[in-house]
Amino acid sequence: MLLGRTANGLYWMNRYIERAENMARLVDAGLRMALTRTQNASEEWNSVLLSAGSDAAFTQKYSDYTAANVADFLLRDTANPSSTMTSIETARNNARMVRTALTRETWESINEAWMSLKRMLAKPIDERDLPSVLDAIKRETALIRGAFYGTMLRNEIFDFSQLGTYVERADNTARILDVKYYVLLPSISWVGSTLDNYQWESILRSVSAHRSYRWVYEADYKPSNIADYLILNVRMPRSLTFCYRFLTEHLKFLGDDYGERHACHVTAGKTQAMLSAGSIKDIFDAGLHEFLANFIRDNIRLGDEIAQDYRFY
Amino acid sequence: MRLAAFDEMLPEISGLRKPYSAYDRWLKEQDPARLTEKMQDAERVFRKTGITFAVYGEQEASERLIPFDIVPRIISGNEWRRLTQGIEQRVQALNAFLDDIYHRQEILRAGRVPKELIAKNEAFLPEMIGVRPPAGVYTHIIGVDIVRISENEFYVLEDNARTPSGVSYMLENRETMMQLFPELFQQIKVRPVENYPQLLRQSLAAVRPQSTNGAPTIAVLTPGSFNSAYFEHAFLADQMGVQLVEGQDLRVVDGHVAMRTTEGYKQIDVLYRRVDDSFLDPLTFRPDSALGVPGIMDVYRAGNITIANAPGTGIADDKAIYSYMPEIVEFYTGRKAILGNIPTWRCSEPDSLKYVLEHIDELVVKEVHGSGGYGMLVGPAATKKECEHFSKKLAARPSNYIAQPTLALSTCPILTDKGLAPRHVDLRPYVLVSDRIQIVPGGLTRVALKEGSLVVNSSQGGGTKDTWVLDD
Repeated sequence: MLLGRTANGLYWMNRYIERAENMARLVDAGLRMALTRTQNASEEWNSVLLSAGSDAAFTQKYSDYTAANVADFLLRDTANPSSTMTSIETARNNARMVRTALTRETWESINEAWMSLKRMLAKPIDERDLPSVLDAIKRETALIRGAFYGTMLRNEIFDFSQLGTYVERADNTARILDVKYYVLLPSISWVGSTLDNYQWESILRSVSAHRSYRWVYEADYKPSNIADYLILNVRMPRSLTFCYRFLTEHLKFLGDDYGERHACHVTAGKTQAMLSAGSIKDIFDAGLHEFLANFIRDNIRLGDEIAQDYRFY
Repeated sequence: MRLAAFDEMLPEISGLRKPYSAYDRWLKEQDPARLTEKMQDAERVFRKTGITFAVYGEQEASERLIPFDIVPRIISGNEWRRLTQGIEQRVQALNAFLDDIYHRQEILRAGRVPKELIAKNEAFLPEMIGVRPPAGVYTHIIGVDIVRISENEFYVLEDNARTPSGVSYMLENRETMMQLFPELFQQIKVRPVENYPQLLRQSLAAVRPQSTNGAPTIAVLTPGSFNSAYFEHAFLADQMGVQLVEGQDLRVVDGHVAMRTTEGYKQIDVLYRRVDDSFLDPLTFRPDSALGVPGIMDVYRAGNITIANAPGTGIADDKAIYSYMPEIVEFYTGRKAILGNIPTWRCSEPDSLKYVLEHIDELVVKEVHGSGGYGMLVGPAATKKECEHFSKKLAARPSNYIAQPTLALSTCPILTDKGLAPRHVDLRPYVLVSDRIQIVPGGLTRVALKEGSLVVNSSQGGGTKDTWVLDD
């Protein structure tokens, strides 16, 4: 038996842990672009902010898209509700609230991540330190994940936690693709200029997939393969299909445990069926942007339905 | 000001006391540098685990550690037996007093406690008149604050009969000590405290409503994660294996209190609440409370839920009532109180007020309804200006205050940069009441870390120690 409020806390704790890490990964990709291509750096930082869903809030505060400004805003600004610092703090507040549902190891890893990131992000980041700060963020979230997977019982507590992780991750991957969908369109792909290569690598890098891509596909970047990898590949841990495979699985566990299926089961099942039946060609034919926009909308709806069906509030 | 205090380890006159002899032998073999290291280890453990408390009114340090000292406070088996007899008697009297005060009020009719002290008291809840809680127990969990003056003089400083806190520190302090110094616990037989959560759970289950079928569902009610004692609420729920709930999780469904779960509403039979009376039920008490459960008092009056501690128990630990405790103990148990009270001046009485105002620089003056060391004056440690300022407050509302002599609380050594140094301590053992009375051998020793200070409250710079009751 689980309190609705506790399920809610677990769900959001994991969404925010995922988000804290995603912000670091986006900054990492942006930094890479800025280092390799100095001309259009501000455009790249703009895409990073769009992928983070933080562009409007950023432009209210800054007029220049510089590495220092964007990194500060996405990593340490406590006025930005999605920054790494705010996310880790929100994750910890949720963890504190649901403490009795967590193993000691999980709680301590979150608490320690919060303590160490708070210390590290207390002062503006020196540009020279940015790579090591990004590494530290990824290391802390990896430690949380390790403690979590290594010690948590696979029960409803685990299920609600995973729902949070995968709803957030699916949203993140879809947004990254949507911001850059035009560089993946077939009309451009034939050109295959150096510029495109950078863009494609940047997309892969923002989901930490620039190396694994080469294990799966040929060494050359091909837009349809990149889209296939991030949308349809069942093995790629940040692809939309991968996320929905686990979302439907954990929802099924909950449905079986409680002996009851809800609206969220239907929604997740539909998306899952659509993903497993689709080919990347169909998606391109129907319009990549439209596909992603629909996906993001349905994914948000799934989150709302989970909250309602399991009495989060 | 320095008071000549009794040191529990090394009294000046007699030298090392017996309960400390084995520990002292061990201590002398230790490398001081290693001990300092251990002290830092302890702090790391506490911070990592998140054993923190919030200090109200300090934005910056909203989560702080209670400093922990690694020198244990040691009580012999004999001393403990004597203390438990006194505590048991007192706890029996507290429950009998509560039952009487909310029913026949015989103690008032007998003139042993003045009527107006009850009638005008905010801690007295008229809503509880005629209500008999499940199993007849009013105060289930009690933390009796005890101070020591000499080898054989123990006094009760306060009876915490509402929602005493600090038991998680008793447990975590022991846990930490066993991690830091496993060899000590092999050499010295210390009675265990770690079964407290199991005892608490059994004790709460034993006072379930009569109508409960099968094993009762128990929950801990917390005001939320921003409360200063939230760590303890979560800790106890976790250790007992019960749900930790907030007011927003609960509602009254079909005459029972129920919690909102992922599968719908589930009935609760016993609620260990860590929310004050006035916030418990917005329909009965403070209407603006979002921390309680609307209608829970109706369920309670119908006998369908146990609330621990019962609403209205504050009348038994009120500081104005405290001064009558010797009479109360004798009235209900028929015997003199084994544990004494500290002499207390009730400032509501004109003669006492006069005396207190004249001797304010020698006395400890406390607010009747205050707690946590807030709003009190320690005369001998205060400046002349502070005394004058306090005198004005006192003269304006005399009935709001009581005064006690400044006692030379016993000391126990703490480890400082310069080695061992004596500091004043008190002791809060925890008592569980159901169909029996159980006292866990140990308790929370609070220690005033500042040299000469007599204020042990954590909110005022106090720390804690592990408390050992020897199995001798």
